[in-house]
Amino acid sequence: MTDSMLIYKIILCVIVFAVSLGAAAYMTWGERKLAAWLQDRVGPNRAGPLGLLQPIADGIKMIFKEEMIPTHSNRWLFILGPCFFMLCACMTGVVIPWGAGWEAGGTIFPMQVTDINIGLLYLLGVVSIGVYGVMIGGWASNNKYSLLGALRASSQMISYEVAMGLALIALVMMTGTLSLKEIVAQQDQGLSYVVYQPLGFIIFIICAFAETNRAPFDLPECESELVGGYHTEYSSMKLGFFLFAEYINMFISSAIMASLYFGGYNFPFQHELGLDGNLLTAVQTAVFFGKIFIFIFVFMWVRWTLPRFRYDQLMNLGWKVLLPLAIANIIITGFVMLFMGKLG
Amino acid sequence: MMQLTNRSMQVAKKELTLMERLYFPAIIKGMLITLSHLFKRKATIKYPDQTRELSAVYRGQHVLKRDEAGAERCTACGLCAVACPAEAITMESAERKKGEESMYREEKYAKIYEINMLRCIFCGLCEEACPKEAIFLTDRIVPSSFTRGEEVFGKDKLVETVEHRVDVTKRQTPEVLDFKTDKKHYHNQTFLDKKK
Ligand code: SF4
Ligand code: SF4
Repeated sequence: MTDSMLIYKIILCVIVFAVSLGAAAYMTWGERKLAAWLQDRVGPNRAGPLGLLQPIADGIKMIFKEEMIPTHSNRWLFILGPCFFMLCACMTGVVIPWGAGWEAGGTIFPMQVTDINIGLLYLLGVVSIGVYGVMIGGWASNNKYSLLGALRASSQMISYEVAMGLALIALVMMTGTLSLKEIVAQQDQGLSYVVYQPLGFIIFIICAFAETNRAPFDLPECESELVGGYHTEYSSMKLGFFLFAEYINMFISSAIMASLYFGGYNFPFQHELGLDGNLLTAVQTAVFFGKIFIFIFVFMWVRWTLPRFRYDQLMNLGWKVLLPLAIANIIITGFVMLFMGKLG
Repeated sequence: MMQLTNRSMQVAKKELTLMERLYFPAIIKGMLITLSHLFKRKATIKYPDQTRELSAVYRGQHVLKRDEAGAERCTACGLCAVACPAEAITMESAERKKGEESMYREEKYAKIYEINMLRCIFCGLCEEACPKEAIFLTDRIVPSSFTRGEEVFGKDKLVETVEHRVDVTKRQTPEVLDFKTDKKHYHNQTFLDKKK
């Protein structure tokens, strides 16, 4: 790796970090606005035009609130929980290809921090460690509500990860690679993978809702039963971290869904437009963000429409519906590929 | 039974059909309903910027009236305080001195007159009870405050100024005056009238 590439990668790292934080901040605003609109209300409109400064006001409030650590809690684990959750949330952004690549002075600078050849496995891995943040936080709080929330979070994530992984296996059978960059590149021409894997996509999106603890799967933190669940005892910015990391997770899952199933930064007829390299990359990145925001909209839309599942329904759905469906999907994909002669 | 809307549905406990058990069509239906609300008119009135139109006889913040010459009408009889179901009114009376005739209409007047706006339920019974046409409710909304103490309105906030009279003609129509004074009505008869 040359020096210029190294510097570029560091800069890109910072940009990805900043963008995911910024997007998460404005998602809190968007969520509140959308919730209000869906309920015939106006939403935040006092801080700045259209309430656009609301996330900043919220952030300042969170930071300046009194910080409380319960005396009977495990102090270090209590602090570690939100930090860990946040760390895992921020770690996933590095393997996502945000665009094709810039060309400058003969070298191509890819819009991806790192293209590890097992990108998909890395994503699944990091997402599954993420639950430790919730578990540690809930355990260290030494509070029954937090503990219940943490238990629910871990069992829910474990159950849905299985179906999620199996849904991805069907996709990987078609792509033949685990590198996100290549998966996106394969969708350059022709149809996106959602056309070949509609069932897989539906399973994946349901699991993504569960993995990000979003309604209707927000049992780990359901306010009405568990007083906030695993973050009951948290206050000030540590609570902010938990809430914020959830939004980052949502942003990243939207990005993953867009890249795996909806062609990432590719868009139809992109090569017929006659744009030159760098301009095309810029447009592609914009298109990618457009796709991400559509998914974020769906996340929020679902949250403000569907009521929460009961716990047994959640487990039934995960183990008795999604898991068999995912396995069936793999088998069907295998047979179709066999008959189409696509197997090696 | 009368149907209020056409949206009511017969509820019956029966096995779900396959379509219903699939769950997805119902989700899509629900999501379309919420989506349609995205474009609906918002129900909110952005209050301080935008005010709702009030009825002409709205019962809001009270006013203590002055007569045409500018003297306070209230004579501190205490009937409003007796009538008040929320016990929001307190007052302290004083005797009018010589030379104060232009300030107070009657020989006795209210030195202190306080209405606790947090207790008041804006029923208007004080207005109905007043024999001197001194207290009225107006279409002004009681402003909010940071402390409870500020919500106890004294004479400084209640009595209208000589320059800025508060218009209560909508509430004090001839019919209302008649209703309050005409001896034909039972409620206006004193026990002497009843004896007759
Ligand atoms: S409006 Fe009713 S509650 Fe308020 S002061 Fe008058 S009598 Fe009392
Ligand atoms: S406002 Fe009317 S009822 Fe109340 S004390 Fe004064 S004169 Fe009497």
